[in-house]
Amino acid sequence: MLSYIIRRLIIIIPMALLVVTVTWILIRMAPGSFYSSEKKLPPAVEANIKKKYGLDKPVLQQYGILMGNIVRGDFGDSLKYEGQSVNEIIRRHFPYSATIGILAYLLALAVGLTAGIVAALKQNSAFDYGSMSLAMLGLSVPNFVLGPILVLIFSLWLFWLPPARWGGASSLILPVITLSAIYAAYIARLTRAGMLEVMRSDYIRTARAKGLSEWKVLLKHAVRGGLIPVVSFTGPALAALLAGAVVVEKVFAIPGLGNIFIQSIFNRDEPLTLGIVAFLSILIMVFNLLVDVSYAFLDPRIRYE
Amino acid sequence: MVNDLKTYFQTEDGVVKAVDGITFTLAKGETLGIVGESGSGKSVTNLSIMRLIPEPPGKIVNGDIRFDGIDVRALSIDDVRRIRGKRMAMIFQDPMTSLNPFLKISTQLMEVTELHLGHTKEQARRHAIKMLETVGIPDAKNRIDGYPHEFSGGMRQRVMIAMALSCDPELLIADEPTTALDVTIQAQILELIKDLKARMGTSVILITHDLGVVAGMTNKIIVMYAGKVFEQAPTRELFATPANPYTKGLLKSVPDPAHEEGTELYQIPGLPPDVAHLPPGCPFSPRCERAENVCHREFPPFVQINENHWSLCHFAKEVYAESMRERTAPNVTEAQIELNPLA
Repeated sequence: MLSYIIRRLIIIIPMALLVVTVTWILIRMAPGSFYSSEKKLPPAVEANIKKKYGLDKPVLQQYGILMGNIVRGDFGDSLKYEGQSVNEIIRRHFPYSATIGILAYLLALAVGLTAGIVAALKQNSAFDYGSMSLAMLGLSVPNFVLGPILVLIFSLWLFWLPPARWGGASSLILPVITLSAIYAAYIARLTRAGMLEVMRSDYIRTARAKGLSEWKVLLKHAVRGGLIPVVSFTGPALAALLAGAVVVEKVFAIPGLGNIFIQSIFNRDEPLTLGIVAFLSILIMVFNLLVDVSYAFLDPRIRYE
Repeated sequence: MVNDLKTYFQTEDGVVKAVDGITFTLAKGETLGIVGESGSGKSVTNLSIMRLIPEPPGKIVNGDIRFDGIDVRALSIDDVRRIRGKRMAMIFQDPMTSLNPFLKISTQLMEVTELHLGHTKEQARRHAIKMLETVGIPDAKNRIDGYPHEFSGGMRQRVMIAMALSCDPELLIADEPTTALDVTIQAQILELIKDLKARMGTSVILITHDLGVVAGMTNKIIVMYAGKVFEQAPTRELFATPANPYTKGLLKSVPDPAHEEGTELYQIPGLPPDVAHLPPGCPFSPRCERAENVCHREFPPFVQINENHWSLCHFAKEVYAESMRERTAPNVTEAQIELNPLA
């Protein structure tokens, strides 16, 4: 098990470098660059800048230097925000995304699991139909629609909550709800399906035949098997949530990583884009590993060597 | 004691009468065999006794289930739970899926006695090990902390039996306990049930589609078809002088290597009927070799042959007389009972 985890961790490094490489190729293939704007630079100035950032060297050599730096954990300085290193920018903006992401994740888990389990237990009841319709709605309404609607109701009509910006707990409520809606909906549906499947199985009948109470049957015998599909979903979901939700950060003007990431692409800020891509790919791979490891704890039949 | 039990299922195809009027009594220490093809209502009967029928779509619509004087149908679900697993226990058909794959054997065994006998963890564990030893699991002390997937099919069924018997129940319902196992293991498991029954004085209901299994194990037999009791008799009598064409067909379709080498195997023609759309008349009539017009038209009467022998057939008396005549001639059926290693 331990050697399996170590092996998986080691693989993350070349994988992240591969992702960065592909991203770099795509950036270079796209027309234009950081320096091509409406205002034409004098050729001499442009040549100077290129020399400073090593852009006058052959492409392959540039790639070599880039990779060398990245392996040492140095993504260089941002082109747009002069004098700030990429690592510094990520470190500064990630906490915003992470705060909203973790809160949204916890909310989605609490709402989704509860709704899913109760809906499964009371299959075909009013609660089942109600919560599953709501879940369908949650899945279908994109968050750039849900966000403004919530702002309209709670900020502009009721004046209960601030419409945007970072500051205090009350400013977190709307973005967290907006962000978690789709995940809560998905988790609810997965939980319901997983629980229904398990509740029909032979070993649940055995548990009932033992005289166990319905709660005990549910919590001791059914939950583990029923939640396996949920776990496979929530691992990558957490990574995605932590990485910053571009749309939600945009709608609520939150200075998170997603916002910065999109800006860096618009600005053609190559080092920053590459840095964030590397950071996110590592994050996702680590969470996938966590999911795989947690399978082994949930299901004794799964062993890693 | 079960009296005129009827369990119906509401389906999209209409009402399915899975069990439609079954009556029997089982004395302490006795073993009852319930025989029938798939879908004949054997399992539903016993799930009804345990009140394990999922409602909806299922419902016990009629009948009396009395267990040691208790009216099981009238009990609240909490009271049923106090009986389940303690005074009546069940062994299921497929040991591969009937144990929880996520929990240790010890957990699954211990929770029964912790619940019903108020055992502490330590007592429950000691009891569980003792039960595993009783059902013949070697090295029970160490294996108890294993998971179901680390046990073979036969060993898992032993675990199921240990679990069912751990509170010393008065009634054990074994629903095709050996169907999923290979033949040598089958014999071992049946021997085990027989042995434990003798030792503990448990009453047993043995559900099976294998006549060979019931022959050596049971005191009396109920033959079910399409939710109905077709024949009900003491085991010896049913094998020797069956009074129902369906029972005769079942007996004939047991292969007999000594007498029929090289001959084709007998099978009852046709398939069991769709219980949702039963034809009028006798449900077996389309497949019955001696069916006459009346069989297709009218539902047959439940004829009493003698004190303990009943048969659902228009010609029960005639079939019985025929069996009596065959009995005096060299008898294949009798030979089978003797050949059966469990008899």
